[in-house]
Amino acid sequence: MAYSFDFTAVAQYHTQLAVGVGYTLMLTAMGAVLGVAIGTLGAVVRAWRIRPFAQIFGVYVELIRNTPFIVQLFFIFFGLPALGIRLGELQAAMIAVVINLGAYSTEIIRAGIQAIPRGQIEAAGSLAMTRAQIFRHVVLQPALQKVWPALSSQIVIVMLGTSVCSQIAAEELTFAANFIQSRNFRAFETYIVVALIYLLLSIGVRALLNQIGRRFVVKRRGA
Amino acid sequence: MNEFSIWDILRNLGFGALWTIGLSLTAFVLGGSAGLLVLTARMSKKIWVQRAARGYIEFFQGTPLLMQLFMVFFGIALLGVDVPPWLAAALGLTLFSSAYLAEIWRGCVDSIPKGQWEASASLAMSWLEQMRHVILPQALRIAVAPTVGFSVQIVKGTAVTSIIGFAELTKTGSMLANATFQPFMVFGFVALGYFILCYPLSHYAASLERKFHGSLGSH
Repeated sequence: MAYSFDFTAVAQYHTQLAVGVGYTLMLTAMGAVLGVAIGTLGAVVRAWRIRPFAQIFGVYVELIRNTPFIVQLFFIFFGLPALGIRLGELQAAMIAVVINLGAYSTEIIRAGIQAIPRGQIEAAGSLAMTRAQIFRHVVLQPALQKVWPALSSQIVIVMLGTSVCSQIAAEELTFAANFIQSRNFRAFETYIVVALIYLLLSIGVRALLNQIGRRFVVKRRGA
Repeated sequence: MNEFSIWDILRNLGFGALWTIGLSLTAFVLGGSAGLLVLTARMSKKIWVQRAARGYIEFFQGTPLLMQLFMVFFGIALLGVDVPPWLAAALGLTLFSSAYLAEIWRGCVDSIPKGQWEASASLAMSWLEQMRHVILPQALRIAVAPTVGFSVQIVKGTAVTSIIGFAELTKTGSMLANATFQPFMVFGFVALGYFILCYPLSHYAASLERKFHGSLGSH
């Protein structure tokens, strides 16, 4: 084959790559924290059928889960200015990520809450625990514990999905890749390197989430 | 400057949606076939074959679909062949789907109790016979719901191919939004189009899952 690979042509752009990784991780972290917060709220409202919020969250979840992330992003970034809502590319990306993960985590956490046996809640009530205590220790904690692996996978999926934010010029990792390949004309090498960086990121984020799960979500008995 | 009526917009989006459907079906069928191969490799007794399959799955589940499309698009171009976007889109989505489907199905095969393998082995069945007569018929029943569920991911995944220039629903939407200066309406319709395609599939997957769990509960 006449083509010779040249990966040094990618390595010299390490600054751009580092900035890209930073923005990708920031989007992921924002999405994870705010998205899971929305998801927890939505899950409680849905599981306990609190009207009319249960229905509103139901529609929100179905709308988001049945449309592609890139269309949600375009709608927010290109569509909303028609209503006078003008957002910067990073703001739009952040909002899209949070809204997207919020919908998925609503469904995931709801499944966890609904799997809590009623007897546990009644038992906690008979121990004179307050409603807040019951919610925190008997409902939310075990529910999150149960669905933590699913939630972690979804966070990784969302991180990989942020790569389409390059299309609205949010400067995350894929944006850096596009910039680099437009400079060094080494598209294939650039995308291989960046794909491997994503692979490392998803392994790293997964490991981190496992750690967090072990530290905070899964409490050891008697601790 | 052409004037676009709502009817023009809808008609063009309809054509785009047909490409979305075509690409989804292609990726589902080819990805499913390739996924079976990956599944077989993943369950091989040869360690290196198993490792290779695991690496393949890990790579496609750990990198963005967009990167995979770029690599296919620019990778084939290196061979000196001009790649039409539809080919890169179909190939990229096929690889992506095969990895996910193989992993989903492996979970289903793994959920068959070990005793079933041992019992069929004691009947002197070969690995293929065990698969064909004992394991697969049971695993398939479990696999239907998550497989239908994943088809929703494929339909949504096709939207990413708009970035490499494949004129499906999202790309058509982008072009129309630029031409009409009505992005709010156009992307609203685009989202509606995906919803119409995906919602029945999601709903079907959920009802299959309920039915399956129901049938387990009644035993």
